[in-house]
Amino acid sequence: MLELKQIYYSVPQKNSDKRKYILSDINLQFPDGTTTVITGHNGSGKSTLVKLLMGIEKPESGKILFNGEDVTDKNVTERAKEGFTIAFQQPVRFKGITVKNLIDMASKKNCCPKDACEFLSAVGLCAVDYIGRPVDDTLSGGELKRIELAVALAKGGSVFLLDEPEAGIDLWSFDELVKLFDALKDKTLIIVSHQNRILEAADRIIVLNSSEKPLCGTRDEILPQISSGEGYCCKIRNNN
Amino acid sequence: MDKTDIELLEKIAGLHSIPEGSFNIRKNGERLAGNSTSEIEIVPKTDKSGIDVIVKAGVVNKSVHIPVILTAGNFHDTAYNDFYIGEGADVTIVAGCGIHNPAKGTAEHDGIHTFHLSKNSRVKYVERHYARGNGESRQVFDPVTTVYLDEGAYLEMDTTQMGGVTYTERKTYAEVGNGAKLIVKEKLFTENEEKAISDFCVVLKGKNSSADIVSRSVARDKSVQEFRSDMRGENECFGHVECDGILLDGARIISTPKIDAASPDASLVHEAAVGKIAGEQLVKLMSLGLTETEAEEAVIKGFLN
Ligand SMILES: Nc1ncnc2c1ncn2[C@@H]1O[C@H](COP(=O)(O)OP(=O)(O)OP(=O)(O)O)[C@@H](O)[C@H]1O
Ligand SMILES: [Mg+2]
Repeated sequence: MLELKQIYYSVPQKNSDKRKYILSDINLQFPDGTTTVITGHNGSGKSTLVKLLMGIEKPESGKILFNGEDVTDKNVTERAKEGFTIAFQQPVRFKGITVKNLIDMASKKNCCPKDACEFLSAVGLCAVDYIGRPVDDTLSGGELKRIELAVALAKGGSVFLLDEPEAGIDLWSFDELVKLFDALKDKTLIIVSHQNRILEAADRIIVLNSSEKPLCGTRDEILPQISSGEGYCCKIRNNN
Repeated sequence: MDKTDIELLEKIAGLHSIPEGSFNIRKNGERLAGNSTSEIEIVPKTDKSGIDVIVKAGVVNKSVHIPVILTAGNFHDTAYNDFYIGEGADVTIVAGCGIHNPAKGTAEHDGIHTFHLSKNSRVKYVERHYARGNGESRQVFDPVTTVYLDEGAYLEMDTTQMGGVTYTERKTYAEVGNGAKLIVKEKLFTENEEKAISDFCVVLKGKNSSADIVSRSVARDKSVQEFRSDMRGENECFGHVECDGILLDGARIISTPKIDAASPDASLVHEAAVGKIAGEQLVKLMSLGLTETEAEEAVIKGFLN
């Protein structure tokens, strides 16, 4: 079980001494073996939440508990070693580092083509075409997103944080993507997404809204509220 | 050859044994071993120290190794090497110098190289500089490379400075003829109090001539690097210069570009970016379980790969 307790996170505001709260009093639970989809309007704090879970950002106050252990002060490396794995909304590009280098670093071994193929084909990429490619600006946006996912799979772990994994991925590949999530369903899978197809694959849904408390429940409880517009992006944004 | 010689040769030229075909190994200013073939002739100079490397017209898929090693301190070695590449030839030249300085003084190697590429010839020139001292010694390289590219000729220069070089000042001058192309891939690593200067002067003389110069450098500790480039387009031509530097600790990189479109049909581009490793790159690698130091090393290794 992964738990957030009374999490607050703020950023400094321009031309003001006051801080702007992105997340206030967030209390959430992610039971083992469940798939949770986090949705909410642009700027509602979804990526921030994911980064807090990964240890990339630190909460101002509150606690993050993993299997009862307080991991709030553990840094990114430590959390990665505890089994937290992230695929970023905007994957970073490097200079000179290849797809194989990333897969090797993630899996902690020198992957043979067959191993690499397993991860790359799971995201719909042909290994021979990509394994030697540098992860730089010669890759298309969709290719980069797929490689980000393949590297997360290569790393493995028990908590997967996938930030808008479908962004930039062509509609025809949605089935593959849902299959990929299905293969991770015995893990704690946390996906940030706006897509109905992905929301439908969730066990639980969290709707973040910067002006009020998050809405949280099972898929069958939340989906009808989202489609009727309640609690979702249609609300006028007010986060001051 | 002793153990040190073999280690150095492997480092700079990837040699595990005496190479086949034409080669010349220079040690402490003397010719240690060599072989000349009818296709690639190696002729020692008589007026000064150095060799002429003569590649016959039409010779393709051949390579020649000309490494230099220096294992004596207080030694200044200057080698004058001239390369004459015949029409339509296509060869790889593996050069480079390794210094092992056991003394307190300076060990210096200056390779004064001139390339004459005839019509439609192609050369890949690979050069690695590596040195190791003892903390009190100085290891210096001051290479001067002059390049003349005739019509349709192509030269790719891959130069790498791997570390341990206290001071280097590298000068490269090139004249590029009609339809000829010069590619330079420079990689520089400096640390401690080292200083490296790289100075390019390229004249795009011919119609449809082109040059692409990419310098990637990593400067650590208190080391200083200076990158200067001066590119002149005298015809319808294309030139691109890029200086990309990673700074660590208290290091400093100075990049001075000059592009001169002397012809209205010239198209010249200069790009330079110097800075720390991007934070997101480190975070990404740390999220794979690497420590910050390991992540930094991985970024640098990839960058200079
Ligand atoms: N360092 C910062 N300084 C100022 N504002 C910030 C900073 N970091 C995040 N924010 C703000 O925090 C809010 C939440 O950002 P976050 O990236 O978490 O949103 P999101 O829900 O993931 O949005 P999207 O759907 O667009 O991906 C945004 O309004 C953003 O502008
Ligand atoms: Mg986001």
